[in-house]
Amino acid sequence: MSADLLSVERVTKVYARGGLFGRGAFRAVDGVSFALDADRPEIFAIVGESGSGKTTLSRMILNLVAPTAGAIRFRGQDVAHIRGGRARSAFMGAVQPIFQNPFEAFNPLKRIDRYLLMTARRFRGARGQEAERLADDALRKVGLSFAEVRGRFPHELSGGQLQRVAIARALIPGPALLVADEPVSMVDASLRMAIVSLFRALRDDLRVSIIYITHDLATAYYISDRIIIMQKGKVVESGDARAVLDNPQHPYSILLKESVLSPDTIGEGILGKRPPATVDAR
Amino acid sequence: MPAEATGQGAGPVLTVRNLRAYYQMRYFGIFREVRAVDDISLEIGRNEIYGLAGESSSGKTSFIKAIAAANRPPLNIVGGSVRYSFLDRDIFRLDPQTLAAVRWKHLGYIMQGSMNVLNPVRRIRESFVDFAFRHIGLPKAQFFALVAAHLERLHLPPDVLRAYPHELSGGMRQRVTIALATICRPEFIIADEPTTALDVVVQKGVLGMIREAQQEIGSSILFVTHDMAVHANMADRLGIMYAGRLVEEGPTRTIFAEPLHPYTAHLIQSLPRIGDLAPKKALGGAPPNLAEPPPGCRFHPRCPLAMDICRRETPALTTLAPGHRVACFAASPEVRPAPPDEDAGRADGREAALQPAEGR
Repeated sequence: MSADLLSVERVTKVYARGGLFGRGAFRAVDGVSFALDADRPEIFAIVGESGSGKTTLSRMILNLVAPTAGAIRFRGQDVAHIRGGRARSAFMGAVQPIFQNPFEAFNPLKRIDRYLLMTARRFRGARGQEAERLADDALRKVGLSFAEVRGRFPHELSGGQLQRVAIARALIPGPALLVADEPVSMVDASLRMAIVSLFRALRDDLRVSIIYITHDLATAYYISDRIIIMQKGKVVESGDARAVLDNPQHPYSILLKESVLSPDTIGEGILGKRPPATVDAR
Repeated sequence: MPAEATGQGAGPVLTVRNLRAYYQMRYFGIFREVRAVDDISLEIGRNEIYGLAGESSSGKTSFIKAIAAANRPPLNIVGGSVRYSFLDRDIFRLDPQTLAAVRWKHLGYIMQGSMNVLNPVRRIRESFVDFAFRHIGLPKAQFFALVAAHLERLHLPPDVLRAYPHELSGGMRQRVTIALATICRPEFIIADEPTTALDVVVQKGVLGMIREAQQEIGSSILFVTHDMAVHANMADRLGIMYAGRLVEEGPTRTIFAEPLHPYTAHLIQSLPRIGDLAPKKALGGAPPNLAEPPPGCRFHPRCPLAMDICRRETPALTTLAPGHRVACFAASPEVRPAPPDEDAGRADGREAALQPAEGR
C-alpha cells in the first residue's frame, strides 16, 4: 500500500476523430504520470493552452471519463474498478469537483441552499437542522453563512459569491482532493484573488489537496506548490512551481511564460515602444 | 469648441458628454430602472487607444451600445450627447440610413465571441462581402484584390477566404474579425473583450495584430476588457468604470504608478505577477445591484477609506492633475459633490464650457 493519495500512471485518452470517413484518432492526453502524497496536502497546478488536454485529464481524475490506457489510482484503488453505489459514493465524497463557470454549474431555477442540503444528505446522511449546520460550517470556511444564501437563486449572488458557494458545497462531504477546472476565469477581478487565496487556506487549514487547472500562469505561480505544463496532451515540463516558472527549460514553457502580459511593461509588452499618440488628452 | 469639430482637425475623434443610458422596464405597472451608464463624459483623441476597464455588470457593454447608437429597448438613452469628428451632428440625431452607412465604414467593431459573429454557413470571403462590399464601392474583382492585400498586411494567409469559420482555430477566427473590422479603415474602432476567450500565447498574437492594424490605418480604439494586464500593455489612456460610473481616468502609466481611486488601487495591487509572492488583500462585498445602487458614492460599502460624506454625496469626476480625473472624496479634498442629476455637469465651469451648443 503506497502512501499516495492519487497516482496517475501513464494515462492516455484517445478520442475518435471525424465521423463518416473515420479520419483517425486524437490523443487528448498522452502518457501523463504524476502522484500526490497523502500526508502532504498541496496545490498541484496543471497549466497549458486550450486543447492541451487539461480538462480531459481532470475528467478522468473525477472518474467521469475512462482512460484509454494507463490507470488512475485513488488511495491505491484503480478508479476504473469502482463498482456499486456505495463505493462510488465514497469516491465522490473524497474527490470533489469545482467547475469553471458557477452560473452554468448551478441550475438557475433551483435555490442554492438545495444543493448544499442535498449534498449534506447524500454524503453525510444529515437531514433538517443537522444538514443546515453542515452547510453553515462549510459556508463559514469560505467566508459566507447559511443565512446569506437561504432561499436565494443563483442570479441573486455575484459570480464570486456563487463560486464560493460551489467551493463550500464541495467541502461538505469532507473531501481529500478538490479538482478545480479554471475556477477563477469567470470571476471578477476584484474577487479573483480572494478565491485564489481561499484555496491556499483550504490546503493549510483543512489539509485538502487541490488540483488547480488553469491557463493563468500568474495565479499558478502565486498559489501552487508543484506544476506540470501540458502541450498537446503531453507533459513537457514539471516540478516545483516557482522553480519551473522562474526558470522554464522547455521551449513551450518559455513561450508560455513570455506570452504572459505583465502589468509592469506598460505600453511596451506587445510591439515594443510605441510613438506617443499624436493628440495628447487635454 | 471641440463639440463643433466636424472636419479632420486635431480635436478628439469621440466626445461623450454626460451620457446616461438606463434599462427602463415596466412590469405590471411597476417601473424599474437600471442605471447602467450614469453620467459619463470622456474624449478619445486621434490615433489613441483608450482602455475601458471594469468588472462584469459595471456597464461597459451598455456604454458601447450607447455610443454606437446600437441600443434597443429596454436600454434607452436618457440624456447626454455622443459626437464623432466624422459626423456633423450627434449620433442619436442621425436617420437609420445614414447610421447604417456610417457603421463599419467609419465606426468599426471587434467583437468578443468570434464563433458567434461569423456566419457558420458562409465562407469567410462571403462574410467580407456581407460586411464591407457596399461600403467600399468597388467592382467585385477589385474588392477581392483589396481584401487579399489587407489580409496579407495583417499576416493572414489568403486561403482563409475560402474557409468556413469552423475550419479555423479560435485565434485565427479572431484575426479574421479584426481584418473585417479594419478593412474599411474606420476612424474609430470599438473592441469589446477581443481576447478574453483566447489563451495567453494566442492572446499576445491577436493583441499585436490589433496594434499593427491600428498603427497602419491610424484609427482610434476604445478597448474594453476587465484584464488590467492587457490594459497595461495596450492602452494609452485608461478609464475605470464601477457600477455604471467612470471613477478614474488618466494616462496608463500614471494610473498604474499612482492610482487615486481606492477601487483602481485595489485592482492594481491585487494583480498577480510571476515572481511575486506578496500576500494579496481581498476586497469585501460584491459589485452593487444597479437597480438599487447604494446612496452616495457607489463604491463606499466596499471602500476601505469610506467617510461620512461618501454615504451621502456622489463625488464628481474632477481633474486633479493634467489629464488625470478621479471621482473620490478621499483622494483629494478638492473633489466636490456631484450636482444633482437634473443638471449634471452644468455646475462645473470647465465641463459646462464644453457642452454642445444645443445642449439637451
